[in-house]
Amino acid sequence: MAFLALVGAGLAKDAAFANHMWVLVAVMMGTTIVLLRRVDFGPAPVIDTSGYMDGPIRYGTIATMGWGVVGLLVGVVVALQLAYPDLNIEPWFNFGRMRPLHTSAVIFAFGGNALIATSFYVVQRTSRARLFGGDLAWFVFWGYQLFIVMAATGYLLGSNQAREYAEPEWYVDIWLTIVWVAYLVVFLGTIIRRKEPHIYVANWFYLSFIVTIAMLHIVNNLAIPVSFTGSKSYSAFSGVQDALTQWWYGHNAVGFFLTAGFLGMMYYFIPKQANRPVYSYRLSIIHFWALIFLYIWAGPHHLHYTALPDWAQTLGMVFSIMLWMPSWGGMINGLMTLSGAWDKIRTDPIIRMMVMAVAFYGMATFEGPMMSIKAVNSLSHYTDWTIGHVHSGALGWNGLITFGALYFMVPKLWNRERLYSVRMVNWHLWLATLGIVVYAAVMWVSGIQQGLMWREYDEQGFLIYSFVESVAAMHPYYMLRALGGGLYLAGAILMAFNLTMTILGRQREEAPIGGRAPALQPAE
Amino acid sequence: MDYHSLRAFADSWALLVMALFFIGVVAFAFRPNSRAHADEAARIPLKED
Repeated sequence: MAFLALVGAGLAKDAAFANHMWVLVAVMMGTTIVLLRRVDFGPAPVIDTSGYMDGPIRYGTIATMGWGVVGLLVGVVVALQLAYPDLNIEPWFNFGRMRPLHTSAVIFAFGGNALIATSFYVVQRTSRARLFGGDLAWFVFWGYQLFIVMAATGYLLGSNQAREYAEPEWYVDIWLTIVWVAYLVVFLGTIIRRKEPHIYVANWFYLSFIVTIAMLHIVNNLAIPVSFTGSKSYSAFSGVQDALTQWWYGHNAVGFFLTAGFLGMMYYFIPKQANRPVYSYRLSIIHFWALIFLYIWAGPHHLHYTALPDWAQTLGMVFSIMLWMPSWGGMINGLMTLSGAWDKIRTDPIIRMMVMAVAFYGMATFEGPMMSIKAVNSLSHYTDWTIGHVHSGALGWNGLITFGALYFMVPKLWNRERLYSVRMVNWHLWLATLGIVVYAAVMWVSGIQQGLMWREYDEQGFLIYSFVESVAAMHPYYMLRALGGGLYLAGAILMAFNLTMTILGRQREEAPIGGRAPALQPAE
Repeated sequence: MDYHSLRAFADSWALLVMALFFIGVVAFAFRPNSRAHADEAARIPLKED
């Protein structure tokens, strides 16, 4: 592989491809050295294949934690770049290259690793079967990390196919396709050899996420490379078809990556942490099918008032609004799982974090359909309101449910009695929540102000504000946004410390949350 | 197979099949005595660690 990449670097048609291949050479050489140093000529160690395969999950947990901190840090940096343009350092670290680094790092590196790790964890325990395919699970883990490294370095070096949330160029896309097929094989193989007759609902959600992302990824990235040794390619579609393909992909990445996959987490980790079965299993089945049937049509709402035919825009809007029902059904199902155990919200910060995540899921899935209504969209589109909406969903729902799952999994994966500190989980929760509230509230104000400034006419029909005036008016909001993001990042760093200490086997001396149970007094 | 024939197919048979499938799913989920199966399935994660 290193040699092939070296040949690629030598034959490269453009600088971005050459630099990118040098990165690949360095990664491959480094990996080879590490592997050679680990070669052991003694008898192969006997691997117990009767238990669960947790090695890739442990690595995935650490990767989730690490990429999460990196992705959030880049997010704070780009927020500051918008507030203070001097922080744009040409050419590698300007906003245009850092922004896809942030979105891909949080969605695909943090979220993707979380999904892969938790799906391997959940599918083994709900199927009571070991992961299928032996070391294929390791290939999925390391292959996915290589994809992330290639994507991230590609953006900074200037290799970008300009499709939102699908920025990597064609050769990185092909690599991801290979890794993803291996992922599907491992997951499906494990389900097929399950010892449990029924396939638990969380696995349905995970499976739909894997299959749909494969379909979306392949269709959206259909492109013809200019040269097999160059980093430039052209999409197979043109004009409005290309735009619709992009947003069919883009919105379903939200629907199946950030919603279906994470709902799989919700349907396993909330019942586990609360030690109660899900509120209504039949509702969860309806939730699943309704979500699958409706989400796939919602993409056109990203293209309101464009060249897209009117009927398609209306279709996107109507299906988005219908999504209220399954979304809220799922939210109620998650929250009501705690019925009869509401006291746990007071005493267990991990449950509190999961409940907060589901609450943000409900809020974001209420706001989204509302924003897809054309009249609302005419004000909100292209403004910071959209950014605020995305972040309340991503930080609130995806972030918090992932943190909750990590706090649940880490002590179990490393056989620790408990976390290093439960009180730190509480600190993390409130730092994160405060950060999201600051972020989302500030973006509402700045977004609506932006939208109103852009459509303000005087009595003669001229625009009152120039565009740059609306940019200048955003400065205080952008500073506050960086503050909100900074709070969230601080919480994530606290988690990284807490989990690292847990993995190292340390326990902090502290009083339990909610106080000790009061001694019962005898009746008078 | 051009745009219009595809569109006509999507508006008729494909729509009907998907609608019937979804109704079938709902009916299956709420079929008589499904509650016992569902309650059993819901306990899968709690069976072991």
